[in-house]
Amino acid sequence: MTAAVVVHDIYKKFGKPGGPWWKQMLKGRVANGKNAHSNGNGNPGQNGSGEHAAQNGNKPMVVAIDHVSFIVDEGEIFGVLGPNGGGKSTLIRLISTLLLPDQGNITVFGHDVERQSMKVREIINRVSVEASFFKKLSPMENLMYGARLYGLSGPETHKKLVEILNRLGLEKRSIYNPMEEMSRGMQQKVAIARALISRPRLLLLDEPTTGLDPRSKREVQTLVRELNQEQGTTILLTTHDMGEAEALCHRIAIMDKGKVVALDTPENLCRLVPSKNGTPTTLEDVFLELTGRSLASEDEKVEA
Amino acid sequence: MNTTASQIRAGYAFVERNINLIRRYWTWEIVWLVYSTADSLAVSFIGLGMERIGGAQNVDGKFLVLYLLIGTLVWRFLSTIFYWMINLINIERWEGTIEYTLMAPVRRITHMAGQTFFSVTYSLLFTGVILVITALMFDLNLQQANLVGGTLMLSAGSFSFVGIGIMASIMPLLFPERGEQMAHVLIALVLLVSGVYYPVDVLPPLLQKLAVISPATYVLEGTRKALLDGMPTGQLWPYVWPTLLMGLVLIPAGLWIFNQAERYAKRTGRLHRNG
Repeated sequence: MTAAVVVHDIYKKFGKPGGPWWKQMLKGRVANGKNAHSNGNGNPGQNGSGEHAAQNGNKPMVVAIDHVSFIVDEGEIFGVLGPNGGGKSTLIRLISTLLLPDQGNITVFGHDVERQSMKVREIINRVSVEASFFKKLSPMENLMYGARLYGLSGPETHKKLVEILNRLGLEKRSIYNPMEEMSRGMQQKVAIARALISRPRLLLLDEPTTGLDPRSKREVQTLVRELNQEQGTTILLTTHDMGEAEALCHRIAIMDKGKVVALDTPENLCRLVPSKNGTPTTLEDVFLELTGRSLASEDEKVEA
Repeated sequence: MNTTASQIRAGYAFVERNINLIRRYWTWEIVWLVYSTADSLAVSFIGLGMERIGGAQNVDGKFLVLYLLIGTLVWRFLSTIFYWMINLINIERWEGTIEYTLMAPVRRITHMAGQTFFSVTYSLLFTGVILVITALMFDLNLQQANLVGGTLMLSAGSFSFVGIGIMASIMPLLFPERGEQMAHVLIALVLLVSGVYYPVDVLPPLLQKLAVISPATYVLEGTRKALLDGMPTGQLWPYVWPTLLMGLVLIPAGLWIFNQAERYAKRTGRLHRNG
């Protein structure tokens, strides 16, 4: 089987461990006086939210991806499961050429994301958790912009876009109204249509169903499955939703604090943890066992 | 995808998107046009005011009106190009679409070519409308004006301002919250030293030295020579070549700086933050 994505020993941190000597001196004074969490030697510590951080004066160094390696096979739906701040979105950004790794390398269908970024961009597309659009423009105007960026011509694309949008359940009249008049769920559907129009070989879905109602969520999941089965699109999906991961993904990597703590099929992952009280083990049980915390943050649970 | 046709389509994406944005924000365009016209008129009326203040025998009011009007219109043209070039990034920061655009298989030179084509065309039309309105307000004597020469000076100047705009567009790329304001500082400094509303030689020596490296200085002087003195096009060369030379340096330099800034933003994760 051909490898669609090869992630090899990727390390990515944000923030600087040092800075100019005079800044360090100034910040050191402040830190000595105020900051009880600083370990003073620039080595990564841990802050309260579970991120890896080194306090250097006032600016923390966050290790977002910590020596991660895995391979996604062509035609696979590969899930990445993890809490907020676990490194899922950073990983997607690294694959989609929007971030450069500090160490390691990533190839997409044999093309290095850093050295052959144009080749990679031609064969990928991405749906992010925040559906970013020109808000005053209509879905059609936004999608035509996207289509032209990928070198597609006008009239044929227009027809194709109407088909995709209708299939995603968008009414014809809303296709030509400003995006700002649409619900979050509808905007997310347009974002999915935007990613599909370029017929990517690798589709990166970063929490694509977050904020969608149950019906829309199911429609998107059906579409993802169809894309994979009918067109052979390789899909890398990050999600908080256990059911979604279990239903869609052939294999799942569980990430926590920038590391992959487990990687296998959903069935095999569930076998890692013995069932309790006679109930079958769920992916959430596995996650709790492996990381010692739940997927959703406490705040999110309160909101839910 | 990297065929010429695909890159042309990608370049056109920015032109079409900007046209659509103008269509959707048409009320803002009207407001901006009214403001710009009023600004040009207000500055030009200073010419007639000076006639009254200084006494008619000392000041040629009509000449002064035309002098100031040329300054304000040339500056409007150049600064509009500058602001649309900043929108390479600024508008994407504002809307939160920067990651999507920079992830697309579009060469940065294609991206900038599309934005440049739109910027120059828009600036010409916008300034043209203001010119028509202001010309109706004043009894302008353009009989000896070399209009071809004036247009040549504007065209030559547009290249260098595209280069300055590309360089300034890295501000919102690197500083999501304050980048746009930092670009305003740059254009204000160019305005100060370029002799938009006064001859450069009234400036202090230090600012006069800065005026030498501002392309707007040559565009303004050349345009005034063409329109006020009717200097023949062939004699405008001393004003044309410095602006062309600056454009020749500033555009590739802008591209290089932009590429470095984009790489830095990707290394430090600055693309993600929306201003």
